[in-house]
Amino acid sequence: MGPSYWWMLLGMALVTYIPRMIPLTVLDGKELPPVVQGVLRNIPYAVLGALIFPAILFVQEGNILFGVLGAGAAFLIAFLGGGVMSVVLGTIAVLAVYSLFV
Amino acid sequence: MKHNQFSAGLKAGTSIAIGYFPVALTFGLLAKTAGLSIIEATAMSIFVYAGAAQYISLSLITSGVDPLLIVMNTFIVNIRHFLMTASLNEKMQPARKWVKAIYAFGITDESFSMLATGKKGKISTAFAFGVTLIAYGSWVVFTAIGHIIGANLPLFLQAAMSIALYAMFIGLLVPSMKGNRKVVMLAAVAAAIHCILYFTGALSTGWSILVATLASSIVVEMVYARRGKSAAAMYAREEEA
Repeated sequence: MGPSYWWMLLGMALVTYIPRMIPLTVLDGKELPPVVQGVLRNIPYAVLGALIFPAILFVQEGNILFGVLGAGAAFLIAFLGGGVMSVVLGTIAVLAVYSLFV
Repeated sequence: MKHNQFSAGLKAGTSIAIGYFPVALTFGLLAKTAGLSIIEATAMSIFVYAGAAQYISLSLITSGVDPLLIVMNTFIVNIRHFLMTASLNEKMQPARKWVKAIYAFGITDESFSMLATGKKGKISTAFAFGVTLIAYGSWVVFTAIGHIIGANLPLFLQAAMSIALYAMFIGLLVPSMKGNRKVVMLAAVAAAIHCILYFTGALSTGWSILVATLASSIVVEMVYARRGKSAAAMYAREEEA
């Protein structure tokens, strides 16, 4: 990573800090309209959907099966109630076995 | 008195610090596989301190997305903190603005939940400092340790590791999807929009994620707002009858 990384980091730090700080200092007690609050609350879930698909299918170039298998394993472990760490490690284990034997 | 409040905060924050341990460790590990040096990875945890946004930036960095777009995505993902600090403001003990501006940096999904739901009555400034400080320390330290572990990972695991980031996203998303159709819709609609934009080549990855996220959040909210209204109208009719 070059100097552009550090500019990016500065930008990320600012846009993360500002929304944390403004309501506690500048706004001090003013409320947002409920619709805006609703939309803001939705964002974390929506962004996860967009991040997972379709990128997960292409984690290994030219081998979609690898991604499909990984996605399947991750969803299965998560649905069975595994925590974030067990989903990550379990999926890696499945794919490690796959890349050792296939 | 102040000292007691601070240590009570540290104690309460320990559960967050323990929860951050695997997530920060994984972030350090993935940052290594994304090509960040230990300084770069740890600096991100020090200065940005936002789990989801940091993970997202890794996936965008590996896709070669324009840094400016990564900053914009970070902003979109993190404006939710605006809501949290806005609602927290009423629960906090009055304090000077610059003091509030310092602990504001430590407000995350987890520390917010703890402060907002944890105690009855006003929360003291010292308590807030205790909670946020120990959680932040854990996040930074375990990022660095994760990076060191990542550097010593056996080679055959490297291919399998490429999935880790996405497995992590799935591990975060699925528990919220259970029994919550709105969350399922939000994720599915955003994924569908992103897929369309991706396969038609209409937008670059960074823009596409930005557009898909905002469009899904707004559309699903509108659908639910309308449903809420029609449901209310239905109840009203039932009462009349």
